[in-house]
Parts: sequence; C-alpha cells; structure tokens
Amino acid sequence: MAETIAFYTLSILILGLAVLVVTARNTVHSVLFLVMNFLCVAVIYVVLGAEFLAVIQILVYAGGIVVLYLFVVMLVNLTRAPEVHQDPRRISMPMALALAGAMLLELAGIVVYSYVLEPSAPASAAAVLPTEIQGNVEQIGWLLYTDYLIPFEVASILLLVAMVGAIVLAKREL
Amino acid sequence: MIDTVIIPLLQIVVVINALALSASLMTLFERKVIAWTQSRLGPMRVGPYGVLQAIADPIKLLLKEDITPRKADKWMFTLAPIIALVPAMVVFAVVPFGSEKLFGSVDLFIADINVGLLFIISVTSIGVYGIILAGWASNSKYPLLASLRAAAQLISYEIAVTMTLVSVTLTAGTLSMVGIIEAQQDAGLWFVFVQPVAFVLVFIGGLAEINRVPFDLPEAEQELTGGFHTEYSGMRWALFFLAEYANTFMVAAIMTVLFLGGWLRPFPSVDALAFLDLIPSWVWFMSKMFVFLYMFTWIRATFPRYRYDQLMRLGWKVLIPIAIANVVVTAVAKVLL
Amino acid sequence: MEITLAHYTILSATLFSIGVIGVLIRRNIIIIFMSIELMLNAVNINLVAYSRHLDNLVGQVFVVFVIAVAAAEAAVGLGILLALFRNKETVNIDEMNVMRW
Repeated sequence: MAETIAFYTLSILILGLAVLVVTARNTVHSVLFLVMNFLCVAVIYVVLGAEFLAVIQILVYAGGIVVLYLFVVMLVNLTRAPEVHQDPRRISMPMALALAGAMLLELAGIVVYSYVLEPSAPASAAAVLPTEIQGNVEQIGWLLYTDYLIPFEVASILLLVAMVGAIVLAKREL
Repeated sequence: MIDTVIIPLLQIVVVINALALSASLMTLFERKVIAWTQSRLGPMRVGPYGVLQAIADPIKLLLKEDITPRKADKWMFTLAPIIALVPAMVVFAVVPFGSEKLFGSVDLFIADINVGLLFIISVTSIGVYGIILAGWASNSKYPLLASLRAAAQLISYEIAVTMTLVSVTLTAGTLSMVGIIEAQQDAGLWFVFVQPVAFVLVFIGGLAEINRVPFDLPEAEQELTGGFHTEYSGMRWALFFLAEYANTFMVAAIMTVLFLGGWLRPFPSVDALAFLDLIPSWVWFMSKMFVFLYMFTWIRATFPRYRYDQLMRLGWKVLIPIAIANVVVTAVAKVLL
Repeated sequence: MEITLAHYTILSATLFSIGVIGVLIRRNIIIIFMSIELMLNAVNINLVAYSRHLDNLVGQVFVVFVIAVAAAEAAVGLGILLALFRNKETVNIDEMNVMRW
C-alpha cells in the first residue's frame, strides 16, 4: 500500500520533471528540474531497497555532476537565445513521431508480456555472498572487491583519464 | 501507525524548533565571546547583560523591508535560501542525541539508517545549490562571483572531508551513526585517540564546509560586499543565516559523534569512573557539542581570513593527499592489527 | 494494485524516451547532455528494479559503474563544450559545423 502510493507519486514527479527539463526555455531552470528529477530517482532507489545507491545517486549525480552542469551554464552565459537558428537539414518532427510509435509498440509489448503471457522465472547467475554479511552496503562492497574487482579498478582508471582529459580540454594554455 | 508516523513527526517538530532557537542563541553567544576576546562587553542593552538580544534580532529581521532586485529571477531568488536551509536541517534526522529512551520507547534520534554517515555527506552536498542559485538569481556582479567561489570552495573541501570519513568508517566498521558510537564503546576509546589526523582534517574541512572563518571569503564584507547574500535582506537573509548556523551545529554534532564518542562518558570502559554515568548521556552529547561551538567561535575571534588561492591550495594540495594517506594507513593497520 | 516489475520497466522506458526526444528536438548542447543523463538514469532504474526482482545484487553493482561512467562522460563532454564555446561563441549545435564548409 505504501509502496503503491510512493511509486505512483514518484513516477509522476519523475516523468513530469523530465518533461520540464527537456522543454524549459531557461537553461538554469532546466538544470534545477534535473536536480529535482535525480532526487526523486534516489527516493525510488530507497523504495526498491537499494539505499547505498540512493545516497550515491544524491552524492555523485545530484551533488556533483549537476553542479558541474550548473557551473558550465553560468560560464556559457549567453544574452541571445541559443535556439534562434534551425538547420533546415534537420528532420526532427518525422523522426520524433517514428520514435514515439516505436516507444508505444515497446510499452505495449511490455504490458502484453507481463500480464497476458505467463513468463517463467529465468535462471540467473546469482552472486555468491557469505551468509554472515548483512546490509546493502556490505553486500555491494563484498561484490565490488571480490567478483568485480577488475571492473572496479578499470573504472578508477577511467575516472583518472576523464579527469586529465577534462583539465587538458578546458585549460586556456597548456 | 503511531510509532511510524506520529512519533517521528513530533520528533521532527522538536528538532526543527530547537535548531531555530539555538541558532538565534548562538548569534548572541558568538557576539559575547568575540567581544570578551577583544576586551569589550558585547551586547549589553537589551535585557540583563544583553541576554534578550537573541529575541530582538529575529524581531528586527522579521520587520525589515523585503527587497527583490528588479531583474532578478523571482522564482529562484525566493527558492535559493530555502534550498540552502532545508539540507542543513534534514541532516539532523540521523544525529543521535543520547542513548536514553523518552517515555520508555521514544529514541533520542529520528532515524538510524545503516548508511547514516553517507546520508549526511550527500545531503550536505545539496546545500551547494542554495549558494550558487543565490548568486545567479541576484543578477548582480558581486554575488555571482562570490557564489561561484563559494561553490568551488565547498566542493573542494567536500572531497577532503569525504575521504577522511572513509577512514573513520574503516575504523568503526559501520556507516550508521549509532553503530559508530557503539564501536567506540566496544573499543573503550574515543576515536580522537585512534585517528588524530582524521580529527584535524575533519575539523579544518568542516570549517571550510560551513563557510566560517578562516574560510569565509565568499561572504566576507571587506572583500566581496557580503558575497552571495548581498542582495538579500530581512527574512530571506535570516534564512541564509539560519542555514549557516544549522550547518555549524551539524559539523559540531558530526565531530562529537565520530571522534568524541557521542553520548559516551570519557573512558567508557574504565569501571572506576562509572559514577559519571549518573550524568545523562544527552548532557554529555550537548556538552561536547558546546565545546566544539566554543572552539569555532574562538577561532573566528582569533584568525585572519585565507585568500582564495591559498584556500584552494590548502584544500587540493594539502588536505586531500593527507586524507588519502590516512585512508591507506588506516586500511593497512586494520588488516595487520 | 500491486507494484510489479512491469511498472518499473514502463517508468524506465518512458523516462528513456523523454531523454531521446530531448536529444532530438533541442538544439542547446547543454540540454542535450542533460537528456543523455536522463537516459542513463532510466537505465539505472531498470537495473535496480530487475536486481530486486531477481534477488541478485549484480544489478546494483552495475549501476555503480554506470554512475561512474556517466560522471566521466559529463566531465569530458563539458570540457569539449567549453573548448568549442571559446572558438564559436555559441551553444547551438546547428552552428557547430567546423568540419563542413
């Protein structure tokens, strides 16, 4: 019951804020709506029982990445509206309609698959954890440092490369 | 229903009111202590020895004229102080004030989630938006520059503080605030003796996070005419003010819980001092928080301000390497010992 | 009505499609980047929902990596944007045609 109310409220908020992000005229308003969207997604993670991911979402996405976007929006502060020119080679409307049609087919497929047909539970390779580890953070930590250690290290190298790249790209003189 | 909705709501009401009241008392406390440091007396007119100044200041702020700049973005101008204030108050949902239970069943914390420390860090990082939006929405040069500087300062020191809190988490073995206090009880030692480097780093980083002296360049009057809250007056400015003091209380509370044992008495495992248990645990917590608030005020009265490039150099080139080294040393010690 | 896996999947699919529409119809590069972040978030919601449905924590571990990659991509993308902006003084992608005549 509580999950139903939470899910419907949050999904209306998430989708509404996403539409506002995409359609707001003022870029700073768009960024604000994006932050609110990410906070609602973090609450959805809590509803789904992934509390470590919820705080990571707030810390990294809402508190880091979007602050970066806000800084860039302020540095790129333009006086004339950036949407004035339209390249006539763009075919946005037919493409958007085609995508909307594909989207509708996909959603109908999901509904049909879940409610009309009866899917059997697929066999999944469950991650093996020692039984005495409780708590979401400990379990994710265990997995990250045993089964998925190599992707973890590669992700850290990726972040290092991205950091060096961003600094080199944004500097005025090397 | 009662104990999942009504009691937390009442706890939230008590905590928010206590925060607002303490913030106004803290202004009086600061003015008095700084005055005594400078061999003068501070506010003395309103009430005996100036005690009622804490009530006079909010009344003045409520009655001031509310000015909005003409070309300012109205929605964001109104929203910015709220975005600055709400995270500062939400953080207090996980701070444990004591170990007793009121009326037999009501805990002295609002929620003890098992990612409590991470929750505090992440919610604090939302407070940056209030400052950036305040500067942007004011549509004026000084606030914009000051808010960008303040935001850069906050996110730089956030990294140093987060790294240091990783080493504290390693020592305690848990992220939950009550769990950290219980880890200190099991170890028999406050963590300030186990992790002195982390204590110093969180202290300095915490001062930078709350924009206090010596890191208060973004709101310094001599440098930037009031910084990001230049264009705010009256109750809107009071919200920023309240947010800053709530942040100060939060840093004091975090340092108490993490390093000074929260609501534990000194030397919690020495039985000879068991007579100290007569003092309730929340009194211990409040006294330790008070010690930190006094130290913050003492530092404000004594130190000059850091210049902006010195500030950034300290954050990136000094605190972050020390924090990373601390994590490595803690991890090695934890494995070997 | 019980919230099943299909509900979360439909939410994720709709959020993803809003992101795609944002990339296609807006010409401001920053809005396009933000729509890409919306798409990544939709994928994350899907992963976490399946992770809970199948009782398998691998989905949540994968979300950690997706968030890390999104952070790296945002940093580099905005660095490119700043470098382009210094030359062209615009954020309209229809005008960023330095390789065409």
